[in-house]
Amino acid sequence: MGNLVIVEHDNNEVAAATLHAVTAAQQIGGDIDLLVAGESCGSVADAAAKIAGVNAVKVADDAKFGHHLAENLATLIVEVAPAYSHVLASATTFGKNVMPRAAALLDKAQISEIVEVKSPDTFVRPIYAGNALATVQSSDEIKMITVRTIKFEAAAAEGGSANVEAISGGVDAGLSSWVSQAVSNNDQVDLTSAKIVVSGGRGMQSGDNFGMLHSVADKLGAAVGASRAAVDSGFVPNEFQVGQTGKVIAPDLYIAVGISGAIQHLAGMKESKVIVAINNDSEAPIFQVADYGLVADLFEAVPELDAAL
Amino acid sequence: MVCVKRVLDPQVKARVKADGSGVDLANAKMTMNPFCENALEEALRLREAGTADEIIVASVGGGKTEETLRHGLAMGADRAIQVVTEDALEPLAIAKVLKNIAEQEDVGLVLAGKQAIDDDSNQTAQMLSALLGWSLATFCSDIKFDGDKATVIREVDAGLETIEVKMPAVMSADLRLNEPRYVKLPDVMKAKRKPMDKIELDSLGLDTANRLTTLQVEEPEGRAAGVIVNSVSELVEKLRNEAKVI
Ligand SMILES: Cc1cc2nc3c(=O)[nH]c(=O)nc-3n(C[C@H](O)[C@H](O)[C@H](O)COP(=O)(O)OP(=O)(O)OC[C@H]3O[C@@H](n4cnc5c(N)ncnc54)[C@H](O)[C@@H]3O)c2cc1C
Ligand SMILES: Nc1ncnc2c1ncn2[C@@H]1O[C@H](COP(=O)(O)O)[C@@H](O)[C@H]1O
Repeated sequence: MGNLVIVEHDNNEVAAATLHAVTAAQQIGGDIDLLVAGESCGSVADAAAKIAGVNAVKVADDAKFGHHLAENLATLIVEVAPAYSHVLASATTFGKNVMPRAAALLDKAQISEIVEVKSPDTFVRPIYAGNALATVQSSDEIKMITVRTIKFEAAAAEGGSANVEAISGGVDAGLSSWVSQAVSNNDQVDLTSAKIVVSGGRGMQSGDNFGMLHSVADKLGAAVGASRAAVDSGFVPNEFQVGQTGKVIAPDLYIAVGISGAIQHLAGMKESKVIVAINNDSEAPIFQVADYGLVADLFEAVPELDAAL
Repeated sequence: MVCVKRVLDPQVKARVKADGSGVDLANAKMTMNPFCENALEEALRLREAGTADEIIVASVGGGKTEETLRHGLAMGADRAIQVVTEDALEPLAIAKVLKNIAEQEDVGLVLAGKQAIDDDSNQTAQMLSALLGWSLATFCSDIKFDGDKATVIREVDAGLETIEVKMPAVMSADLRLNEPRYVKLPDVMKAKRKPMDKIELDSLGLDTANRLTTLQVEEPEGRAAGVIVNSVSELVEKLRNEAKVI
C-alpha cells in the first residue's frame, strides 16, 4: 500500500512544507510516492524526484491543475488515492483547501494537522488552539492526513533518485477559476522556515513603526511576523499573522514586541525554542511563556536593541 | 444557509479532564464559533443588499445548540434548523447532515466558518462542497456576487488570492471578512418568536458513524518559567551567551 504525499508547489519549486510531510510519511512507514499536479511543472517533478526516500513521482501536467483549484485537484487525488493506505499533505492553506474536498469524495475522514505519528493508524493532533492534544485512531482504509510542519523535520531535498512517471486523470470541474494573486513582499525571509522571527502587535501602533522591526530582523536574518490585532489594524498584510488561525511557527528565537499573548497568538508560536517578550505591561500573559522578558517601552527598547546588534 | 457551531468561548482556556477522556465543558461558557459569526454577518449583508431572500441558520448538536441558533436568529437570521444529536460527530458526518438540509431547503449558497475553534479541523465547508458537487471558496476575506458567479478574495499563506466561483457555492469565512454586529435586547426578544425546526439525526437515515476513535486527550507540556531581564544589553548578552541563538 504505502504513502502518497501531495506536493505543494508554484509550478517552479517544491514548497518547503512538503519536505516535512515526507518525513511524516517516513515515520508511518512503507513506500513513499509523490503526486505533482500542475501546469508546466517539469522542474517541480525533477526536484521532487531528488527528495531523499522517495520511491516514485507521479506527474499530472495539465492546465486544469495550473492554479491548484480544489475542485479539479480533488478529482485527481480521488483517482490516485485508492492505491495507497495514507495520503498526506502539509497543513498549509494549500493542503487545508484541497484535502478535505478529496477526503469527502472518497468518503474518508481527514485527520487534520498531525503533530506525531504513534503508529500507522494512530496520530496525535492539537485541539482547542493547542491547549489539548488528542490521540486519535483511524478505522478508514485510506488515511487522509494533513501534517503540521513544525513537528516534523524537513526531509533532505537531495539524495533521492525516484522514477518520474507522467499520468493523466482528473477532470476540469469548470466550477471556479483563478483570477490573481497579490503577494505583498517578496524580499521578506519566509516566516514559516525562518530561524528567527521578530513579531509586532497592536503595541506597534502603526505600519510605519514596523520599520523598526524590519531593521532588527535584517540584522538577525529574521522574518517579521505579527499578531492578529496588528493585521486587523492594517499595520501589515495577512500573511504575517502568527496564531491559531494564521501561521504556526517554531523558530529558534521568537521576539514578541507589543504583543499581549492571547491564547490564539500563543497557539502559533509557543513551540519556539527561545521566546523573548518586550512589553511595558509586566502583567501581560506573554511573559508566562517567555524565556527572557523585558518590561519596557518598545519605542525605547527596540531602537536600543537595533543599535546593540 | 449559514452553518453554525456551538463551541467553548474563545476567551476561556480549555481544561483537560483528569481522566484524559476529553476537555471539560461542564459549566463552561459557550458561544457561537467566531468564524460562524462572520459567515452569518456576511449573509445578513447579502440580504440587506437584496442578493439573498432568506437566511437559515443550521446547526448539528445537542440540547443547548438551540441557544446558539437563537443567537443567530437574534443577529438577524430568518429561521433556524437544529439537527439534534448528543454524539460528537466528525466533520465528514456533519457535512453529510448539512448536505441533506441544504438539498431539502433548496438553498443557493452555503456559508460556514473556516475553522471551529474547538476541534480546529478546518474541513467541514470543503467536505460539504464536495458532497454537494458545488464550487468551493475557503478562507474568504471578501466576497462579491455578480449574477451566477462570485469573486472571492482568499487569505492564503502567500498573501491574498482572488478566484471566481460559479454559484451555487460553499464558502468559508475568515475573520477579516467583516465585523459581526452586536445583538441588541429587542433583537433577542424578536428571536424568541422566529421559527426553530428540530430534526432528529436518526430520522435522516444517514451513515454518520465516526471513523476516528479518540484514545486520549492530554495537556501539552508547559514551558519552564523564564527570567525577567533588566536591560536591552542584558537581553542581548543572554541571547548570545546563554541561549546562543544570535
Ligand atoms: C477565533 C479567534 C482567532 C484568533 N486568531 C488569532 C491568531 O491567529 N493570531 C493572533 O495573534 N490573534 C488571534 N486572535 C486574537 C487574539 O485573541 C488577540 O486579540 C490578539 O492576539 C491580540 O493582539 P495583540 O497582542 O497585538 O494586541 P493586544 O492584546 O491589544 O496587546 C497589545 C500589547 O502591547 C503592549 N504595548 C502597548 N504599547 C506598548 C509599548 N509602547 N511598549 C511595549 N508594549 C506595549 C500592551 O501592554 C499589550 O500587552 C484570535 C481571536 C479569535 C477570537
Ligand atoms: N456541528 C456543526 N453544526 C453546524 N455547522 C458546523 C458544525 N461543525 C462545523 N460546522 C461548520 O463548519 C465550520 C468549520 O468547522 P470544522 O471543519 O469543524 O473546523 C464551522 O465554522 C461551521 O460553520
